[in-house]
Amino acid sequence: MSDISKPEDQARTGGSFLYNQGFRSIAYQVLLGGVLAYLAWTLYANVNANLERQGIATGWDFLNTSSGFDIGESVIEYSAADTYGKALLAGILNTIRVALFGIFFATILGVFMGIARVSKNWLLSTLASWYVEICRNVPVVLHVIFWGTVIHLLPSPRKAMVPFEGAFIMNRGVVMPFPVYDPAYPWVGAAFVAAILGVVFLNKWAQRRREQTGQYISTLWAGLGILIGLPAAVWIAFGAPLVWDVPALRGFNFQGGLQLSPEFVALLIGITVYTAAFIAEIVRSGIQSVPSGQIEAARAVGLRPSFIMRYVTMPQALRVIIPPTASQYLSLTKNSSLGVLIGYPDLVNIGNTTLNQTGQAVEAIAIMMVVYLAISIVISTFMNVYNRLVAIKER
Amino acid sequence: MNEQTPDTNSNTAADTAAIHLVDVNKWYGDFQALIDINLSVKQGERVVVCGPSGSGKSTMIRCINRLEHHQRGQIIVDGIELTDNLKNIEAVRSEVGMVFQSFNLFPHMRVIDNLTLAPMLVRKMPKAEAEALAMGYLERVQIPEQAYKYPGQLSGGQQQRVAIARSLCMQPRIMLFDEPTSALDPEMIKEVLDVMVELAKEGMTMIVVTHEMGFAKTVADTMVFMDQAEIVEIATPDIFFTKPKNERTQLFLDQILTH
Ligand SMILES: Nc1ncnc2c1ncn2[C@@H]1O[C@H](COP(=O)(O)OP(=O)(O)OP(=O)(O)O)[C@@H](O)[C@H]1O
Ligand SMILES: [Mg+2]
Repeated sequence: MSDISKPEDQARTGGSFLYNQGFRSIAYQVLLGGVLAYLAWTLYANVNANLERQGIATGWDFLNTSSGFDIGESVIEYSAADTYGKALLAGILNTIRVALFGIFFATILGVFMGIARVSKNWLLSTLASWYVEICRNVPVVLHVIFWGTVIHLLPSPRKAMVPFEGAFIMNRGVVMPFPVYDPAYPWVGAAFVAAILGVVFLNKWAQRRREQTGQYISTLWAGLGILIGLPAAVWIAFGAPLVWDVPALRGFNFQGGLQLSPEFVALLIGITVYTAAFIAEIVRSGIQSVPSGQIEAARAVGLRPSFIMRYVTMPQALRVIIPPTASQYLSLTKNSSLGVLIGYPDLVNIGNTTLNQTGQAVEAIAIMMVVYLAISIVISTFMNVYNRLVAIKER
Repeated sequence: MNEQTPDTNSNTAADTAAIHLVDVNKWYGDFQALIDINLSVKQGERVVVCGPSGSGKSTMIRCINRLEHHQRGQIIVDGIELTDNLKNIEAVRSEVGMVFQSFNLFPHMRVIDNLTLAPMLVRKMPKAEAEALAMGYLERVQIPEQAYKYPGQLSGGQQQRVAIARSLCMQPRIMLFDEPTSALDPEMIKEVLDVMVELAKEGMTMIVVTHEMGFAKTVADTMVFMDQAEIVEIATPDIFFTKPKNERTQLFLDQILTH
């Protein structure tokens, strides 16, 4: 190496190790790290000095002081007398709640629309492509505001729409019957989890048996039986407790049952409908990414359509579908912060109020950033694990 | 059909036709891709089909395992008529293997899994048995050492040999080849043709669409020339290559043999 570099180069740099690639890449990283650390420190010192000059408190003590504001809806017990910390927690839970439901419904709607788009049924595929084109070309903000407006145009509680007995849709949101809590329910839930594990083992067993004997055993009915039967058996063992809390109109409002606020419903529909359009496109392109030759080869060896879907098309399509779907889930979660526009008390909403009341902008924003970061990391970890489970080991 | 035809392969020559096409017509929309196709292939017979691009060669053999469906006429494979009846289609497909120009191996499965998939799912074969079968065929196509690789890690010639082995694992009585060497580099063509020659020697009923005339001369019992959706000429290789009846055949042969 040294005999290639010119003598004056050597004189100036003082040695050929500077031309070593490994050394250089480490040096650049150390340099970059140093610059970043310096910038962060200056920023921190500056902000601190300014805040001190303006007499604004720093630190996390405010989390333990009473917030004095109410929250429209909360998963946990909360009142104005509670602390900022608890208010923020309520906001975090509201964000997680709307994001989880959004991901769930957007996936169902998106997969359905994506499959509809490639279906041979002309009407279905046309409707699906209209849906996709309209929904993904309108900014998500407008979706949220649109549904926020629509829901307030619905009839008042007295004239509420009744989709089925006991459920009401109106400008105050959606209410529906809900089972009254019973000590048996956690056990039923545990039984359900156990049933899921049971089904996993059942499938493993059936596959091993198929490999050994060649017998194909359909686990569909047995699996469904376990999934429904086991929780049902536990429920019945507890005496089958079930009392429906049916909402009833008292004065101007409904009491009891499951109550979904208009803000929650509007935000959920807005982000679901928007994200589902993107998921539909992802699913469509995933299915279409599998070359037709693959399906022909599978047909030529005599595989049935359901086997082709399961062993040939899906494994190859999922590889294309999962990574962009994971980023749609992340977008949906972040887009849920638009709830602030229609008054849904999500993390950003409550974070903002906290910031305004305490003036502790740095801390409030830091909390919001860290929470979104954490949620995102959890989602992408889940999706990565799932991806590894279904993805094909290749190369 | 009942009279004695001179056949090099008299031990497997039965008087039942393995494949029987009667007045087969097929349209893609308004475009007619097959016109009154009549062809009868005996058990153990080797048929080589050639003709200019777009003449309907692929369409014809794809109709034989119902990758395409014909609108008029009759196709009978091993005594089973191809109609909309799904049972019949399934039965025919498990008797007929097909090898494609572009291999079409499943890229997400190892070679061995490509081979065992159909025997396990269609023939309900235990895994161990299917794997033994698969290894046997991989040895016959001379690449047992590639069993645990993925298709993407193999050369084109190796991939096509895996594709042949995959079809053979269903133990078909008939094999269809649609230009199996057209996507291959010249140095790999021979290794694939060698495998096909071996198959032919073992008495497999074969229809091969190819422009490899050397292969045709060594292997074919019957030559078929197609042009513009029709079968123009059916003849033994001797006659086909020396004194074809139809001038279109002559013209085509002049073209490809001068290359
Ligand atoms: N799916 C399809 N839709 C419409 N037309 C088709 C379709 N498949 C084939 N054709 C047409 O049918 C005709 C015959 O096609 P085919 O693939 O059978 O020809 P070929 O003889 O195999 O040609 P090549 O040597 O190029 O493979 C062509 O004109 C082709 O354009
Ligand atoms: Mg062709």
